[in-house]
Amino acid sequence: MSLASAPPKTEGPALKVVYKSTTKPTWCPGCGDYGVVASVERALSSLQIPTHEVVVVSGIGCSSNLPHFLSSYGFHGLHGRAMPVAEGVKLANHGLHVVVTGGDGDGWGIGLGHALHAMRRNIDLTYVVMDNEIYGLTTGQASPTSTMGQKTKSTPQGVIEEPVNPIALALSAGATYVARGFSGDPKQLSELIAGGIKHHGFSLIDVFSPCVTYNHLNTFDFFRQRVYKLENAQHDPTDLVKAFAKAQEFGPKIPTGLFYRVEKPTYEDLEPALKEGPLVHQKAGIRGMDKVLDEFV
Amino acid sequence: MKDILLRAGGAAGDGIASVGEVFCRIFTRNGFYVFGHNAYQSVIRGGHVWFQARASPDRIWSQGDGCDILYALDRATVDFHASSLREGGIIVYDPEKFSVPAEAVPSGVKALPVPTLELARKFSPQSILQNAVGMGACAYLAGVPLTTLDGVLADQFRKKKDVLEQNLGAAKLGYEYAQGKSSASDHALPVKGGAAKLLLSGNQAIALGAAVGGLKFLAQYPMTPATSIMHWLADHASTFDILVKQAEDELAAINMAIGASYAGVRAMTATSGGGFSLMVEALGQAGMTETPLVVVEAQRSGPSTGLPTKTEQGDLNMMLGASQGDFPRVILGPGSAQEAFRATVRAFELAEEWQTPVLLATDLYLSEDMHSVDREELPLDYAPSSLFTVPEPTNGSNGYKRYLFTPSGVSPRAIPGQKGLNFVAGSDEHDEAGHLISDVNAGVPMAIEIRRKMMEKRMRKLQGVLATTEPPKLEGPSAAEVTLVGWGSTALAVRDAMGILATKGVPVNYLNVHQPFPLHAESVAKALRAAKRTMLVEQNYTGQLGRLIRAETGIDLPVKLLKYDGEPLYPWEIVGKVLEVTGHVPS
Repeated sequence: MSLASAPPKTEGPALKVVYKSTTKPTWCPGCGDYGVVASVERALSSLQIPTHEVVVVSGIGCSSNLPHFLSSYGFHGLHGRAMPVAEGVKLANHGLHVVVTGGDGDGWGIGLGHALHAMRRNIDLTYVVMDNEIYGLTTGQASPTSTMGQKTKSTPQGVIEEPVNPIALALSAGATYVARGFSGDPKQLSELIAGGIKHHGFSLIDVFSPCVTYNHLNTFDFFRQRVYKLENAQHDPTDLVKAFAKAQEFGPKIPTGLFYRVEKPTYEDLEPALKEGPLVHQKAGIRGMDKVLDEFV
Repeated sequence: MKDILLRAGGAAGDGIASVGEVFCRIFTRNGFYVFGHNAYQSVIRGGHVWFQARASPDRIWSQGDGCDILYALDRATVDFHASSLREGGIIVYDPEKFSVPAEAVPSGVKALPVPTLELARKFSPQSILQNAVGMGACAYLAGVPLTTLDGVLADQFRKKKDVLEQNLGAAKLGYEYAQGKSSASDHALPVKGGAAKLLLSGNQAIALGAAVGGLKFLAQYPMTPATSIMHWLADHASTFDILVKQAEDELAAINMAIGASYAGVRAMTATSGGGFSLMVEALGQAGMTETPLVVVEAQRSGPSTGLPTKTEQGDLNMMLGASQGDFPRVILGPGSAQEAFRATVRAFELAEEWQTPVLLATDLYLSEDMHSVDREELPLDYAPSSLFTVPEPTNGSNGYKRYLFTPSGVSPRAIPGQKGLNFVAGSDEHDEAGHLISDVNAGVPMAIEIRRKMMEKRMRKLQGVLATTEPPKLEGPSAAEVTLVGWGSTALAVRDAMGILATKGVPVNYLNVHQPFPLHAESVAKALRAAKRTMLVEQNYTGQLGRLIRAETGIDLPVKLLKYDGEPLYPWEIVGKVLEVTGHVPS
């Protein structure tokens, strides 16, 4: 039997699944992304998913190097194009857990269109955005989530565009699990990520992950002083209208946690070609070919 | 060669393409070879569109030259096309709609008024039924039995019984009306027995080839002239167990296909030049991550949006150079529907065997026009076998080297889900295990060495492709006055021109460069050095294949026939140029 058609096997329970890679992260000391990769590791380990059944897909940016720092399968692609690669992986083998990771430039700038379409399709992907409100790898330009008035290398007089609101966008685009985490709270963050991976449908976890080198506005302290947990605020995550209202809070108080969750059929559930299981396990070949030629007579 | 050419013209919305397809099938059903040329515009209603069906008992490749029966739905059709009519030509029109003055009719041609609307009204107030009358009249003039036309109409309207009855009645009246007013065309073909030919567009041949080649995942964004590949595969998705995904744009389409291929299924995307421009960055990603990928590039007239419904071969330069840096790619340029079918199957094999992108270049003319083929020319018994080089499972994530240095350049390929072979595919430069050498290691001595070796490993694949693929074929007589050189659909008009020139005592042959890249430079050079004269035939302004040949062989092809007006090559254009070059007619 060809390996290509071997179905993924689930390992026995109770084994500790190690997601840490031998490759050490190359981020700046103190970078928010350390907390995110640790939370992804912890979420995957807690769910006891074997490493070979996980594919982490990313684009380009500091945070997009993340797949190299995990021991799962990974695809480190082009700037802004992680999402369609991940959709292709998932549609070819929906037995795999597919996690997309990247930054705010990658996801809410150059890749925004893909993200919205993946959400409305409700493809069963988990999207973890490390949102530092700045372009780090290119040394400090404004990002789509930079604050109005914020001075950066590309906006020395201050940003004059309203920032993208990722939570409100995801709610309106049809994402079925919408959450926000903070790299400074890895316990909550790993639980939100685990919840997203378990969720049957598209899940977004937008994460405040401060850039300690280029963003001196949205620092760890900035967020520590402002964040509060939705689960402590009697927020009902089944109420879309209230979720939208919470998504507008970005001032002295900023909510984190689960904004919204709903169960809906996924794209994979509705795609006729996947009725008989993952594409990759379906036998290549064709049936009724002679009849097909008759249509050309 | 005996042939007959039927042409229907009118405005978009007049049903011209349907009439044209019927014109084709009334011949293919009787075993004739047919070529159907659909000349349309980027409008849904109005404008001027026309369709030409050419039939012959002998193998024909192109739309041919001239016209014998012109079915004109409006006066513009007479004005635009009357001069194309050959001696003995007939114009079929309805005097209720417009008149055809004597001065509009060339000598040797006659105008035959047929009351199509009046006869159609006996069955339905719908004016579209006039075409059934017109087709009946044209079928008679072309020497086709009414029963053949009835059979084609029965298939066309098999789901609409009452509409079929009306069409059959109207077609019979048209047939009998013409029979009462005229003799059949001088060009009418005597009825021929024999198995019905298959009639399909180049895109249908490509879609069928993809299905036979093991395609499991198609991601595509609509763009003329590639769109009908998606239509046909979506329509047959359940027959072939294929997932067809209409993406939000071409960037998504190619990246989805790459993701699906990385996950282990044969994947393809299809587009035209504009969409391919958007795919360019991801093409390099497939090369860098060594992910198999088939991209159909159906060319149309550029640059920019260009002429969306007109043909050209202007994208070869782009395909050769698409994406930054050097990486191995293969470009196939099949010359006919049959070749397009086989090239598509081959594209999947090459992509998987060499773990790199394969471009299948076609153009609007080949992709959308209708070609008749024999069943044996579409072998369906290809059983896709896995061409994976299966790696040995290892105990940890660091033991397996996805990008192992090998003599062929091809490394054992694992896919996600396989235990113990975890790796990260990187669009950044990487080492054998897939670890980045682009950040903290960039430029350090060890990484410099790895970079050099990794480039050489990837590029070595081209030598393997060259050694295992067919060099260009020299078609026609070995002793020729002129060796024509071209690629892709140029073969169609060239083959018909070669037949005409043979009857004039001017033997020519054709170097069909069906794989422009990697180019079999030695074979090309050998054929060109042996040629008495050469002539480059291409459908672009700069002679892009000629430039490639000069770059690869040092041989210049100074005599050129270059066409870039959006229309396909016609055999007479090639014949005329050859006669001029050989001194048979003054230049």
